[in-house]
Amino acid sequence: MADAENRSLRKARVVPYALSFPGMLWMFLFFVVPLVTLLRIALSYKPDPFHPQTVFNWQWSNFGTAFSKYGGPLVRGFVYAGIATLLCVLISYPIAYFIAFRAGAWKNLLLGLVMVPFFTSFLLRTIAWKTLLADHGVVLGALRNLHLTGLLGHLGVLESGRLLNTDSAVIGGLTYNFLPFALLPIYVSLEKIDLRLMDAAADLYSPFARSFRKVILPLSLPGVFAGTLLTFIPATGDFINVTLLGNPTTAVIGNKVQQEFLVNSNYPTAAAISLVLMLIISTMVLVYAKFLGTEDLA
Amino acid sequence: MSGRGWGTRILKLVTLLGFVYLFVPIVMIGAFSFNHVGEHGNNIGWKGFTLDNWGRAFKGSQFTSAMWQSLKVAAVACTLATILGSLVAVALSRYRMRGGAFINMMLVLPLTTPEIVMGASLFTLFFKPTPLFGNFNWHLGTTTVVIAHTMFCLSFVALTVKARLRGLDWTLEDAAADLGSTPLRTFRKITLPMISPGIAAAFLLSVALSIDDYIITSFVAGDAMTKTFPRAVFDTAKRRVEPQIHVIATMVMTLAIVIIVTGTVLGNRRRAKLG
Repeated sequence: MADAENRSLRKARVVPYALSFPGMLWMFLFFVVPLVTLLRIALSYKPDPFHPQTVFNWQWSNFGTAFSKYGGPLVRGFVYAGIATLLCVLISYPIAYFIAFRAGAWKNLLLGLVMVPFFTSFLLRTIAWKTLLADHGVVLGALRNLHLTGLLGHLGVLESGRLLNTDSAVIGGLTYNFLPFALLPIYVSLEKIDLRLMDAAADLYSPFARSFRKVILPLSLPGVFAGTLLTFIPATGDFINVTLLGNPTTAVIGNKVQQEFLVNSNYPTAAAISLVLMLIISTMVLVYAKFLGTEDLA
Repeated sequence: MSGRGWGTRILKLVTLLGFVYLFVPIVMIGAFSFNHVGEHGNNIGWKGFTLDNWGRAFKGSQFTSAMWQSLKVAAVACTLATILGSLVAVALSRYRMRGGAFINMMLVLPLTTPEIVMGASLFTLFFKPTPLFGNFNWHLGTTTVVIAHTMFCLSFVALTVKARLRGLDWTLEDAAADLGSTPLRTFRKITLPMISPGIAAAFLLSVALSIDDYIITSFVAGDAMTKTFPRAVFDTAKRRVEPQIHVIATMVMTLAIVIIVTGTVLGNRRRAKLG
């Protein structure tokens, strides 16, 4: 009897590892190993520009070359992603709040609607913005009718009266494309909040603004953090919005990495700059994770 | 709660504007599938209504074959990812195990790595004179695309399923066993019904991820051999946006919405019956 129990206990100990082994093996082979090969290429040199062969020789200088060559696009990518992330959080917080607390019977429908963009082609939605932002498009027309073009021109949103192929168009596209990634985690964290806390605060004569600041805001911060990461990370690497909505001077790090790998075959420096990008982002994630753990990312 | 009244009105307005922002481009995709631009016109700018584009939706177009290619890749990659990912999720939420935090980190890392880095790193893995696998010759094409898609869908599925499994009552399995149920029967009658809604949802979302991926695919698909739908769209979009793209995208979107709505309705009905 005791023997059988022991055996089943031992089995229970092995089972989770057996279950997770195939998946983890896959992740090891096709996520971890490629990062190693990427690092190896980043430390190699390429003797012949017209032959793909690279030679590994601890060439750390690739990182310096990469910085001086792609520093501008790297910084630009982070600036675009940063502004877009800020806008995403600012726009999605009130929407998430409404869906979580004030939507009533509409809650599930609205949540479903937030998911719809996931099932529509990312590229086509961006192409649609091209039409909307065009010189004779709807958005510019509306701004003209509201006599806002002058003001927005001064603020630098419009560039010589244009909207398409400007910084604003790229940031607008990024904000649009990643909005659901910010909205859903914020919604999830708001939804968990026990509203009786707010009633309790109100009973104790706390005005709404104050109880919001003291109760809801801090409790929803994990969602805000998760949403920030899920927006910022893909936005920094994205080059689709820049290619379709920007112009050659708005090129970001994503454009450069893709070009250098797939067009110019300039592997070592491109590998180096990809690793730098990954390193910066991993550092940010680690700092974040220290504050809130990885649980809320899912 | 004070702050209702005007506060709620402003909140409503912001939400409304937010949804308009989210949906204008999506509605436009649908509308532009009826745009009268001619078979080889550039589908930017409204020219008038026609049904022609729908009439020749599948006529000898590279986009139809590209969509098939995308669906084939998604079918294999997402099935594989759903099986492997769900097993990991069950392991993490059903059992206490040492190293669970490590596995969790391995699942979160791909989500926190920009696609461009994953694409570039896979490129260096599959790259001809491969540094690690010596002379093993990867042929860039459908296989490498499936491998890559399985990788990023796997972590996504595992995390989604894990989130859905949180809070499930696993002692029900023990209860069934105590009542003399065989392990297989317990799995079929208790475990599977408990975990399958989460797995189905994760599978659907991973399909959406897979058929929409451009960045990683562009690194591992090689030349024109493996043209997925996003690749076909991106490659032609710089010159010309063909109306057929809008027709096919509208079909996929409609199908997805129908699946989600029926899923939700059926789920609600079942819950209502049980409750």
